[in-house]
Amino acid sequence: MKSLKASGHQLASSVAQLGLLEQEVAEKLKLPSFRDKLRSAGLFPLQPTELSVFQVNVGKMCNQVCKHCHVDAGPDRKEIMTRETMQQCLDALAKTTLQTVDLTGGAPEMNPDFRWFVAEIRRLGRHVIVRCNLTIIMANPKYRDLPEFYRQHQIEVVSSLPFYNADKTDRQRGKGVFADSIEALKLLNAVGYGQEASGLRLNLVYNPAGAFLPGSQEGLERQFKRVLFDEFGIVFNSLYAITNIPVSRYLDYLIQSGNYDGYMEKLVNAFNPAAAAGVMCRNTISVGWDGQLYDCDFNQMLDLNVASPVRHVRDFDPVRLSQRAVVINEHCYGCTAGAGSSCGGTTA
Amino acid sequence: METYYNPEDLKKFGNIGEYQKELADKFFSYYGSVFAEGALTAREKSLIALAVAHTVQCPYCIDAYTNDTLEKGCTEEQMMEAVHVAAAIRGGSSLVHSVQMMNKVKQVSM
Repeated sequence: MKSLKASGHQLASSVAQLGLLEQEVAEKLKLPSFRDKLRSAGLFPLQPTELSVFQVNVGKMCNQVCKHCHVDAGPDRKEIMTRETMQQCLDALAKTTLQTVDLTGGAPEMNPDFRWFVAEIRRLGRHVIVRCNLTIIMANPKYRDLPEFYRQHQIEVVSSLPFYNADKTDRQRGKGVFADSIEALKLLNAVGYGQEASGLRLNLVYNPAGAFLPGSQEGLERQFKRVLFDEFGIVFNSLYAITNIPVSRYLDYLIQSGNYDGYMEKLVNAFNPAAAAGVMCRNTISVGWDGQLYDCDFNQMLDLNVASPVRHVRDFDPVRLSQRAVVINEHCYGCTAGAGSSCGGTTA
Repeated sequence: METYYNPEDLKKFGNIGEYQKELADKFFSYYGSVFAEGALTAREKSLIALAVAHTVQCPYCIDAYTNDTLEKGCTEEQMMEAVHVAAAIRGGSSLVHSVQMMNKVKQVSM
C-alpha cells in the first residue's frame, strides 16, 4: 500500500482536508463549529497552560502503512529531520526546564540520527518518550537491539497495539503486524520493560479499528492485560485509549466506507467541556521534521503552524509562545469527545 | 423509502421525556445505573444487552449495542457467541414446550 502522497490522492493536500472538514460540518451536517463549541464552554480562544511536553516528529518514514495513519507515513515518505534541526531542538530544550521530550514519526528509529538525538536529550537530563510501532524492532537485524538501547537510556516506550488479537490489529496495521508486535513486546519484557519495580515503563496505545469511539480506558486496559498475559505472557504498565482523528488516511477511510457523517456527528455530540479544558495542545509544543512549530501532531499534518511570530525551533522562545492562542479546526472534536483523547490517553 | 423503522429515530430516544418527563427521567437514570460497572463489568453487561437486543428483535438496540460492544473492546467472535446464546435460549424455549406436547400425546394416545 502506498501513502496518499505517493498515490497522488486528493486528501494528501492539507488544504483539501481542511476544506472538506469545514464544509461538511457547517454546510452538510449543520453541526456547530468547534470554535462555537469552545466558546459555549468558555474556552475560546484556547490558551496554553504551562509548557511541559516537547514533542518532536523526526520524520514521516515508516516501515508500516497503517490504514488510520494521520501522518500518511510509510516507506515511501522521505521527509526526515536532519541532525542540524535536531541540534536546534537541543538548543531550544537547553533554554527551558521542561522535562518531557516525546519522539514520534513515522517510525522515529528510522531516522539515521535517532540514537544520537536520544543520547543528547538524555545528556540534558530530560525524560524521553519514544513512540515505537513495535514491528520496527523485528523489521531488520540492525534494529533488534533497540530494547537494550531504550533500557540503557531509561526511555519510556509507548507502543501502538490497536487490539489484543491478530485479526483486528492486522486489518488496521497490515498483515503480520500482530505477530511481529508480540515478538517485539516479548523482547521489551525480557530487558525489564513493563515489569514491576524495573522503572522501565512500557505503555500500549489502543485506538479503535473502525468508525467508533474508544470505550472506557480502564475496562480496555483490564481486558488487554488479561489476554496478553494469559495468551503470550506479556506485561505492560498502562493502556492509553486514543480516539481516531478525522485527518489524512483515517479521513479517507471514513469517506470511502460511508462512515464520515455518522462519525463526525458522534464526535460533536460527545463534546465534553472537561475534556476540552484538558486537551494536550495546551501544554505541548510540536516540532515538525523541518523544525516548524505546531500546537500538536495533528495540526502539524494539516500544516496549521502555531499562531505566533515564533514559528521555527531555531527561534524557540517559551515566553512568546505562551502568549499565543492554540490553532483549532473541526478535527479538534476528536480530542474532546467523551473521556477525551491525547497522546497520553483520556483527559477527562 | 419510507419504513416504520428509521435509523435517525435512534438519536431521538432521549426525546421521550417530551410527553412524560418524570417517568423518562426515572427510566434514563435507572438505565444509566444498570449499565454502570458493578458485580458485572460494563463490558459483560453490553454483551448481555446485545444478546437481548436480538431476542427482542429491536433494530435500534442491535445498532446501539453493536457499537457499544465494539467500543468496549469485544471481538466479533464474542459478539456472535452472545447472539448464539440468545438463539439457543429462544430455540430451547420452543423445544422445552414440546414436553407439554409429548405429555398430551401420551395422555390421549393408546
